[in-house]
Amino acid sequence: MGEARGLEALALHASPLPIHESEVLDRKAANRRLTRSLLLFAAGSFGFGFALVPLYDLVCDVTGYGNRKALLEAASVVEQVDASRSITVELVSATAAQGDWEFRPANGNMQVHPGRLYEAKFYATNLRTQAVTAQAIPSVAPTQATRYFQKTECFCFTPQRFEASETRELTVRFIVDPALPANIDRVTLAYSMYTTESKG
Amino acid sequence: MSTAHTHAHAADHEAHDHHGPEKGWRRWLFATNHKDIGTMYLLFSLLMFFIGGAMALVIRAELFQPGLQLVDPGFFNTMTTVHALIMVFGAVMPATVGLANWMIPIQIGAPDMALPRMNNFSFWLLCAAFTLLLLSLFVAGGGPASGWTLYPPLVLQTGNALPLAIFAIHLAGASSIMGAINIIVTIMNMRAPGMSLLKMPVFVWTWLITAYLLIAVMPVFAGAVTMLLTDRFFGTTFFEAAGGGDPVMYQHIFWFFGHPEVYIMILPAFGIVSEIIPTFSRKPLFGYDAMVYATAAIAFLSFIVWAHHMFTVGMPLAGQLFFMLATMLIAVPTGVKVFNWTATMFKGSISFEPPMLFAIAFLFLFTIGGFSGLMLGVAPADFQYHDTYFVVAHFHYVLVPGAVFAIMAGVYYWLPKWTGHMYNMKLAKVHFWLSVIFVNLLFFPQHFLGLAGMPRRIPDYSTQFADWNMVSSIGAFGFGLSQLLFVYIIFATIRSGAKATDKVWDTAKPHGLEWTLSSPPPYHSFEVAPEVK
Repeated sequence: MGEARGLEALALHASPLPIHESEVLDRKAANRRLTRSLLLFAAGSFGFGFALVPLYDLVCDVTGYGNRKALLEAASVVEQVDASRSITVELVSATAAQGDWEFRPANGNMQVHPGRLYEAKFYATNLRTQAVTAQAIPSVAPTQATRYFQKTECFCFTPQRFEASETRELTVRFIVDPALPANIDRVTLAYSMYTTESKG
Repeated sequence: MSTAHTHAHAADHEAHDHHGPEKGWRRWLFATNHKDIGTMYLLFSLLMFFIGGAMALVIRAELFQPGLQLVDPGFFNTMTTVHALIMVFGAVMPATVGLANWMIPIQIGAPDMALPRMNNFSFWLLCAAFTLLLLSLFVAGGGPASGWTLYPPLVLQTGNALPLAIFAIHLAGASSIMGAINIIVTIMNMRAPGMSLLKMPVFVWTWLITAYLLIAVMPVFAGAVTMLLTDRFFGTTFFEAAGGGDPVMYQHIFWFFGHPEVYIMILPAFGIVSEIIPTFSRKPLFGYDAMVYATAAIAFLSFIVWAHHMFTVGMPLAGQLFFMLATMLIAVPTGVKVFNWTATMFKGSISFEPPMLFAIAFLFLFTIGGFSGLMLGVAPADFQYHDTYFVVAHFHYVLVPGAVFAIMAGVYYWLPKWTGHMYNMKLAKVHFWLSVIFVNLLFFPQHFLGLAGMPRRIPDYSTQFADWNMVSSIGAFGFGLSQLLFVYIIFATIRSGAKATDKVWDTAKPHGLEWTLSSPPPYHSFEVAPEVK
């Protein structure tokens, strides 16, 4: 059984205490002090919301999961083929809401051995009647595979300029690190095509 | 609001003492009295409960049968979005703020809230916020239709409603932050002599912790929607991959706010129930200290479980394990609370007045919602449940027969104190039984629909889901209509009724200082501080 602690111990004093004016002033000052520090707390929370942005990137960098910076950098690797293992690489393309693009991989998927350099091709067509510059943003799934999927050359490293109605072949060269965790036998490389600026 | 004012004015027509309120509309527009502001918050929330409820009925009417019958899919999505925003920020939160305004000063022996003018500003800011949000339904491109979570990139396709909805969130956020600051300052500085922190009523404790949660996370949400605003209008790319941003980051920031937000809605409900169950069990609350520490533990844990809302984004295994186990951990303090309430009733001399009925229903039905929450918290299982009606059933169980029932219990508990009149017990019991039957008819079948794979936020469904959807829609209309009885009981009690005694529940021991005041309490209570021993 709970002891009669807390609320049940409440009993009113027979003759209540009068409040003095100085107490009221003290209380007002105390209220102001506490209000100020709570407002600062709220401002700090607002700042914390924005601090989550670099923090998020930092976590990605440190863990290497879904690391967007590494995805856009060329890796220099040495071929060390592990012919005993075969991995399916799926190639996926997507276009963003803005711009008119036709964008597709030459092949939907390929079988690769870890440690060997491969080349994959995509085709992109600018459906606009004016020149545009496009940027492809890669992502790798599952995210744990990101750091083991290395590109030595990619159309995504630089913005690509397309003339009006131009169709172009785009190349990516990649190598899957033999250190790829054993439970992963399928890696998806996806590109989204974004229009970065329109000319014309 | 004008009709609400008239009614509320009638509510206090007796409260004319020598420091009586101003006459007419000035009393409400310039209100600084905690009781007047509390009344306005409660009536505002009641109004929003019906507006949000009407939107829910549009949803349930469309889902009554498979196929598209009544509304177009875009408007359906607007309804799901705005229903949620209104119920969360316009109904549940202002209702608990209203109860805090009314009850905290008179429970701790204070003359009023510490910052009465800021109190007035918080309330009117909230009205401005919801005016903007409701206006957003009528602009080009239609209302916000992305779901209340406002995930990019979808939300960035919203038309002119986007800035309106975002400013509405800013204002509602500022309002609740100011409300929270006011509550903390009142509790810390205005307690009667002798009212130590561990003698405070549990309702006051839960609100103290809720207020800190609000100050910690509402600004984070304000930041997140500000980023949406600048992404859309000022060329930033916080959430756009083309510029180096990441839409998944929005989900992290949103749920860093969103998970504590669910406790912001439920902790005050815990407080209300902790007041009511001891009164009608005629026993002291079992484990008062444990209740306080459990509340604090839940608040702390709420900050480290956010990613259980987004197990499916493709997070590393270590992340899934951490967020799953942290989520399971919340069941411990929550279990402490549920068992303490049960232990309070154990061998108690229980009577079943309307507040107790709602509190007991809360205890059972909130626990059902808690269990389905645990199911969702299991990462590998969540992939099956994610974005299905199972999720809808889960959070409605914790919010409707959870938070809303607790608020109704609180209203039935304190209404005689506020108005000085007893309400019609028989009618209130009818209201309870209608509500509890229909709410289960409404939400229980949604568990089955979700487990069978019906996705949420879609206006049409495959025919095998037809039967349970029809049952659920019948429950929805029954529940909605039953609430008209609630409104009738409240306004009838404001106008007339048997005189309530000061202790109101005369078989019960007084549990807080509110029962030492007259019913209704004088316009300015505790001008002379009581001393608590």
